[in-house]
Amino acid sequence: MATAPVLPGGFELPLEPRLPRLGSVDAVALEERAASLATRSIKRDSKVFALELAIRVMDLTTLEGADTPGKVAALSSKGIHPDPSDPNIPSVAAICVYPNLVPYALERTKGTSVKVAAVATAFPSGQSSLEVKLLETREVVDAGAHEVDMVIDRGAFLSGRYAAVYDEIVRVKEVCAGRAHLKVILETGELGTYDNVRRASLLAIAGGADFIKTSTGKLPLSATLPVQLCMLEVIRDVHEETGRVVGMKAAGGIRQAKQAVQYLVQVHETLGLAWLTPDRYRLGASTLLNDVLMQLRKERTGRYQNPDYFTVD
Amino acid sequence: MSRLPVRKTYKLFIGGAFPRSESGRTYDAEGANVARGSRKDIRDAVRTARQAGAAWSGMTAYNRGQVLYRIAEMMEARQAELAEFCDGADEVGRSIDRVVWYAGWADKLAQVIGSANPVAGPYFNFTVPEPTGVTGILAPEPPLLGLVTRLAPVIVGGNTAVVVASEAHPLVAIELAECLATADVPPGVVNIVTGLRRELAPAIASHMDVLALDLTGADGDVAELERLGAENVKRIVRGRPDAQSPYEIAAFLELKTVWHPIGM
Amino acid sequence: MTKDKREVAHRPETAAIPTGWEYSPAPESREVVHLEERYGLYIGGQFVEPLSNERYTTIDPAREESLAEVAQAGKADVDRAVKAAREAYAERWSAIRPSERAKYLFRIARILQERSREFAVLESMNGGKPIRESRDVDLPLAAAHFFYYAGWADKLEYAFPNRRPRPLGVAGQIIPWNFPLLMLAWKIAPALAAGNTVVLKPAETTPLSALLFCDVVRQAELPPGVVNIVTGDGRTGAELVSHPDVNKIAFTGSTEVGKAIQRTLAGTGKRLSLELGGKAANIIFDDAPLDQAVEGIVNGIYFNQGHVCCAGSRLLVEESIYETVVSKLKRRMRTLRVGDPLDKNTDVGAINSKQQLDKIGSLVQAGIDEGAEIYQPPCKLPERGYWFVPTVFTNVAQSYRIAQEEIFGPVLSVLTFRTPDEAIEKANNTPYGLSAGVWTEKGSRILAMAQRLKAGVVWANTYNRFDPASPFGGYKESGFGREGGRHGLESYVALDDA
Repeated sequence: MATAPVLPGGFELPLEPRLPRLGSVDAVALEERAASLATRSIKRDSKVFALELAIRVMDLTTLEGADTPGKVAALSSKGIHPDPSDPNIPSVAAICVYPNLVPYALERTKGTSVKVAAVATAFPSGQSSLEVKLLETREVVDAGAHEVDMVIDRGAFLSGRYAAVYDEIVRVKEVCAGRAHLKVILETGELGTYDNVRRASLLAIAGGADFIKTSTGKLPLSATLPVQLCMLEVIRDVHEETGRVVGMKAAGGIRQAKQAVQYLVQVHETLGLAWLTPDRYRLGASTLLNDVLMQLRKERTGRYQNPDYFTVD
Repeated sequence: MSRLPVRKTYKLFIGGAFPRSESGRTYDAEGANVARGSRKDIRDAVRTARQAGAAWSGMTAYNRGQVLYRIAEMMEARQAELAEFCDGADEVGRSIDRVVWYAGWADKLAQVIGSANPVAGPYFNFTVPEPTGVTGILAPEPPLLGLVTRLAPVIVGGNTAVVVASEAHPLVAIELAECLATADVPPGVVNIVTGLRRELAPAIASHMDVLALDLTGADGDVAELERLGAENVKRIVRGRPDAQSPYEIAAFLELKTVWHPIGM
Repeated sequence: MTKDKREVAHRPETAAIPTGWEYSPAPESREVVHLEERYGLYIGGQFVEPLSNERYTTIDPAREESLAEVAQAGKADVDRAVKAAREAYAERWSAIRPSERAKYLFRIARILQERSREFAVLESMNGGKPIRESRDVDLPLAAAHFFYYAGWADKLEYAFPNRRPRPLGVAGQIIPWNFPLLMLAWKIAPALAAGNTVVLKPAETTPLSALLFCDVVRQAELPPGVVNIVTGDGRTGAELVSHPDVNKIAFTGSTEVGKAIQRTLAGTGKRLSLELGGKAANIIFDDAPLDQAVEGIVNGIYFNQGHVCCAGSRLLVEESIYETVVSKLKRRMRTLRVGDPLDKNTDVGAINSKQQLDKIGSLVQAGIDEGAEIYQPPCKLPERGYWFVPTVFTNVAQSYRIAQEEIFGPVLSVLTFRTPDEAIEKANNTPYGLSAGVWTEKGSRILAMAQRLKAGVVWANTYNRFDPASPFGGYKESGFGREGGRHGLESYVALDDA
């Protein structure tokens, strides 16, 4: 790779046309491709495979002002044994909570394969000083969280202060490195264009993200199929050019099993089988889990299901 | 064995629903207690018409044409009811055919009144029509054909409408509203307010969020309505109550011209 | 048991990577289609036996199984059909009010929408195209075409300034096998809207959707004789073309046959429109959105197995991004699913006939012989049926047969260019001129390229987009006349004085 001019703030400008190119995503074509992939008809065994995979890659999430230790304990139990009547149903990948609730999630998931992810960096807005964000990150890592989901500073991004956005990611990654993996939330619903989503993805990856993530889930506009496709294409380009593996997390607005399957199909046909594992792909959701369980039971029994038969947590 | 019929209550048609007038008033028309719409009903109708505008104008022209065709389908199914409250089967037949005629313009009008303009320079220059916005319509007689003749060109171009129905013969307008409600017309695209002309016309003519005003059916002091409309430079249209033409559609459209350089 | 959570970030990947995610078969049911054992000719509002007494079998190219027996219309049959069309024109169709004509066409559009699943399945069974395409592209467009032209039937005076358009009379229409029902809609809708009656001959290998369309005509209660369908091979078409009482011929098919028709009609004064072959250039500039451009390439040549006259069969890629584009393209080709047309997950279906399969094979062999480099992704093909794996040739010279001749199959030839001028020169260097694609983020360049490309349809940052409102047709040997849009009416009217 040719040496590149370094701008203040450590931002490298890629020179060669072969490198992942900034911007330049055709929205109409992207959305058409996403829509076409969404028409894949996944039935029977292939559907069961997808539904079980959806659970294995799920970050079961509660991010509410009203969260309490009790709520988090119950959610953690649900994540470990999603369906008490069926021990074959796998555990979810992680429980995702606010910093204050980390200890309670850790306690309940101790000794299981379920990780604890904590949001940090003034989630969801990101509108606080760098010092505050780093302190929060340090606290959750010290508390034992396995994963940190940070937000980028959208205000800085949208006003063109890319170096500041980049710097923050680098600094947060420094706090995490060696102890927790870092997911960087782009909040795609605020970025306005797919070009911006592509740029933000590249910026996050350059800053050290282990995963790039669509949304906080706090906006009406969260994950969409075209937005995930845009981000998967960035991950693919980076992997092709540098060999580096970056994970993808789609979060927010994914409530139905059918949607979850569509998201997985996209990963399958864009990045291939290697990305269909919780080490490289996550679905951030809360109500999705029960819909997936209902679909699984329907595949097994042939009957459409009733939500009353599945525990709320 | 005879039975006592269940009579229909005639209400307004706003936002895809059938509310009573917020004023609680009715007036006597055609032997029924018809809702006597108020300024506030007009206000509510305009608000919902504005909200419906983005989705309606954002639909493909083809889809809009299909919706209008479905209105015709629903009218055809309700011929008997409609005929009862207007001049009869002939007026209904002509009204249905008028809606079909306008439906067919949705995906063609731009080809007739738009243009690619050969400017003197390396620029691609084109002109396309776009909907104006919320349009107020004072429905002319006859009570069904006149209304449909003025309503169809307004909505086929992508505008949304607030219609003040015929004062003397309002029932057919509400029957028509029932057709609209079952024709896949998005709520708020067409709103029909019944009541007294002298109360409703000035309300709609002076509303700052009504951008075009069809006075074909206006009676009384028309000049005063035009003066009221000047406050926000409304497009004032006086069409014909029983004629069809693409230029009736064009009267409610803006024209946008776009330039773009041609070069490597 | 406790785990040291601090090791988490450095832990090797332990979560099992699945060994495979095979999509289970997702077949669309054939039960929705009811096929007769044999079909006659549809003349004067009913099915009649062919006077020729000749029949042939039409098959499902994915299974090589016969579907039904259809008639081979002879000279006397064609004559009978033209007479029926003439009578219907004189006695019924030209006299009725245009607004009534419109309503018949609206009915046909609605019925096609209502029966679209039935038609989509039949189209895939008889033609080989994937159900996803017949369901999502062919059927919606066919219905939309009738809907669009229905609206013109009573508005012709607005279509041509200062003219009173009149119908021509009887139109003879000959359509190809690549979009059987859609091509029928492209022909019949404007012809009827303008007040003509028609005798239409579907392609030899794909008669069934046209024959099922006769049932739509019946349900719409279209006056008898307005639409007549005569099935058969090229001989039937020749009879129709040379029939003295046909006022207008519309043909979509190969350039070779188009020229023969033009020769036949020379001196007769009959109106003619031709929509023939193509060898379109799909041009990718270095600033194009690359992943979307690759989708456009794939859509351009592998959609409908490449059986598309406007297919982007030549990829002209700017040399500076050649490696990246070809690598992305090959990777994308590996995700194409070739197989049962009736499986909802199939991307590339069957080749329409043995004859076409052989033709593709021979041109591909020519490409190899001439020295081009061939790539075909690994593909498991069904045992029976006609299949061709999506293919791309690199190292192609402009003079190679695979860069000049229309292959009409899923075969792409890749060439490079350095400057826009060179791209234009190569793109236009062909006797064809049907379509072209341009991929670039730069608006002014899109317009400059569009201005200089000698093609009747230019797609910028998209490909293979069709709409009944959008005129389609070629320059040069790709034919003349336009289908779709206001201009599409011209072929079916006489423009008398004002």
